[in-house]
Amino acid sequence: MTETKPTGAPVLSVERLSVDARTPEGLKRVLDDISFDLYPGETLCIAGESGSGKSVTSLSIMGLLPKASLKVTSGKIRLGERELTTLSNSQMRHIRGGEIAMIFQEPMTSLNPVMNIGAQLVEAIREHQGSANPEATALEMLEAVQISDPARRLKQFPHELSGGMRQRVMIAMALSCRPKVLIADEPTTALDVTVQAQILELMRKLKAEFGTSIIMITHDMGVVAEMADRVVIMQQGRIVEQGPSVEVFGHPRELYTRQLLAAVPRLGALAGTDGPPRVSKSAIAPAQRGTAPVLHVTDLSVTYGGASGLIFKRKAPPATVDGISFDIMPGETMGLVGESGSGKSTTGKAVLGLIPFSGSVQIEGRDIAGLSQHDMRPFRRSAQMIFQDPYASLDPRMSVGKAVAEPLVIHGIGNASERQDRVAELLRRVGLTPDAATRYPHEFSGGQRQRICIARALALEPKLIVADESVAALDVSVRARVLDLMLELQETMGLAYLFISHDMAVIERMSHKVAVMRGGRIVETGTRRDIFENPREDYTQALMAAVPIPDPTVYRKC
Amino acid sequence: MVILLCKRLAQAFLILLGVAAITFVLLYALPADPARMIAGRSATAQTVASIRHELGLDQPLLVQFWTYLTGLLQGDLGRSYAQKTEVWTLIAARLPATLTLMAAGIFVEVVLGITFGTIAAVRRGSFVDRLVMTASFVGVSAPQFVAALLLLYVFAVTLGWFPMSGYGSFAHIVLPALTLGILGAGWYARMVRSAMIEVLNQDYVRTARAKGLSSRRIIFRHALPNAILPIIAMIGIDIGQFMGGVVVVEAVYGWPGIGQLAWQAIQQVDIPIIMGVTLTSALAIVAGNLLADLIAPVIDPRIRTS
Repeated sequence: MTETKPTGAPVLSVERLSVDARTPEGLKRVLDDISFDLYPGETLCIAGESGSGKSVTSLSIMGLLPKASLKVTSGKIRLGERELTTLSNSQMRHIRGGEIAMIFQEPMTSLNPVMNIGAQLVEAIREHQGSANPEATALEMLEAVQISDPARRLKQFPHELSGGMRQRVMIAMALSCRPKVLIADEPTTALDVTVQAQILELMRKLKAEFGTSIIMITHDMGVVAEMADRVVIMQQGRIVEQGPSVEVFGHPRELYTRQLLAAVPRLGALAGTDGPPRVSKSAIAPAQRGTAPVLHVTDLSVTYGGASGLIFKRKAPPATVDGISFDIMPGETMGLVGESGSGKSTTGKAVLGLIPFSGSVQIEGRDIAGLSQHDMRPFRRSAQMIFQDPYASLDPRMSVGKAVAEPLVIHGIGNASERQDRVAELLRRVGLTPDAATRYPHEFSGGQRQRICIARALALEPKLIVADESVAALDVSVRARVLDLMLELQETMGLAYLFISHDMAVIERMSHKVAVMRGGRIVETGTRRDIFENPREDYTQALMAAVPIPDPTVYRKC
Repeated sequence: MVILLCKRLAQAFLILLGVAAITFVLLYALPADPARMIAGRSATAQTVASIRHELGLDQPLLVQFWTYLTGLLQGDLGRSYAQKTEVWTLIAARLPATLTLMAAGIFVEVVLGITFGTIAAVRRGSFVDRLVMTASFVGVSAPQFVAALLLLYVFAVTLGWFPMSGYGSFAHIVLPALTLGILGAGWYARMVRSAMIEVLNQDYVRTARAKGLSSRRIIFRHALPNAILPIIAMIGIDIGQFMGGVVVVEAVYGWPGIGQLAWQAIQQVDIPIIMGVTLTSALAIVAGNLLADLIAPVIDPRIRTS
């Protein structure tokens, strides 16, 4: 990649733009006086955590702000010589899709399920170009995005395509009218790393081919480093810092940028060490861990299917797990890594007896296969689960205190006042104040909610916690703190984790041992050091190579 | 698809068998005596007994049911006690009128419901939205006979646009169809509104906006087909609801359909006719649901491939 210096007049300028949100408490500023320019042929990345206003920025440019709740209060958005904020809706329609196109985070839901791919492409082409043969253009575009078997895809429906293919279709649709600017809002966040690498590669290629300038919105500093010529760092509706990518990464001027970069886990950061870094001062010695495994899995298989309805089959059956075996010792973390459909979440559910399985699963030496709900109860005390989405896994109508105490109530532990003391202690343990008990989940941020979920999982003093993508929904800085909390709890309480994640960097940080899953099988397993420093299997190597590295100089060299 | 159809037909057969059994038992558990009704008040006990014997009513319930069932399987619904005619002939003569009325009623509720539901969703929170919601609430809550009398008063008596009652021309069907459809239209307007509001917030509608499509195309091509998917399943179920309404509407407007036939038969304890009408409407409900299941994949490709 060559260094592109801003040349000529900007394609798109945002000048002192402010946007207000209408809330029950009155107007709230969500974008505060932001300015940046996009030059021809460059990729500008807008990076920031949730609530930074990066998506509001892109919707403002597109003129797609929900009118009822968000309003541009001042500032200008100029496309070449034209001022966009004062255009009427019908004038803006010709800009949208024609001159500024956009692709979104969720390829799974961004295409209309009842229209075929061809119709959705043709419709965009017909809207903006008087093209004589839009069908032919549609086919050319599918060829340009390097989708397999493009002619057949035209007649297919979105549900017949994988996430990566759908995002290719979205890109084809966006570029079909040769826009000057392409806004890509977290375009690869929902995709597997290997697919992400392909899509990013494709975007770089098409940028050159179509001469489109790209505004890329992302929370992932690795993606920023890989894609950006220049970077805009946003926080709470303001621009904190902007400049060429190499400068921002190499010499960040602002404290926030430095914190953000420091919080990004880097693959290989723990090279040359065994196990996760120690975070607590008063840790128990590894000798206290014991020698018998907490979890002993032999030849575990899960087969789905058969139970689905005859008329309405909802989704394709989840991945099956095919004869996997592993052990987890007390105080140890087993990282289970793999792409979507690899069977890692299914494994997590099976070892807790939440779904039927075959093979043997022993928790603290006792087999849980074929146990009834009632007989499973004692095992539920020793093995708990933390889920991915802290928003969906807490009952919005149940106070935090009740939610944390619920496992105690179910297992009939203690009386009301004892439970209250226990809840206060648990909340303190996860870094919250005891008065949180009387409040409700919506009053907490995502990171705090995940702490509440951890407190709830700890209530029964389990030996094993299955953490399924437990930090995937959190911002990087929050994620780092939650991971530290989990490490500290492990060191002080001797917890064993089955840590399931798609994120190689998070797995590296947390694990003693790692198993790489693909298609329901473990393709490679070993100590963290083995897997990360000496991966034997091609698939493991491909997974690691696909992870974007948060350092732009790495990409400039090649 | 063929397998699905076979399965549904087998299901339909079992459902009809169940309906036949339950209705049969319920009717014979009634305190009213059909033989006494036929013979008249002044008849002697002997006459009544001989009529009872003639109709086979003196046999055990199971034997009677078996006789009925074997007849049914040969396409014989029996003879009416009061009219001494084949039940099937009576029903066949009146079925077209009822089917026309139901089709018109469904047309009214679907067209009104989808139109007003869509308008309300697109103009959400506006005066029009509130008006539609209030009107649909009234439509849903008003009993059918009240709606019928109101429509009759306004459009037939006061304005004289449509005839009071009768059968034959297009003008005759307007008021009965409106009466029958108005309740469903209220429901559908509400369902379509909430489905549309949900669909308009979907990612693919945002994609359509980002493509620069016109609002009309976004609403009709992208949003509406997705929003009416749940409505289609409802129409199948609705046909059942309609049978109740048909009896009322046919009575009020003097519409010569099977609703009237049923009404008379109930008053006369004419069991074969009641059985026949019940089975016919059960068949209609089963057929309606099957039709809805067959239409859904035409609109939704996700059902088609699985």
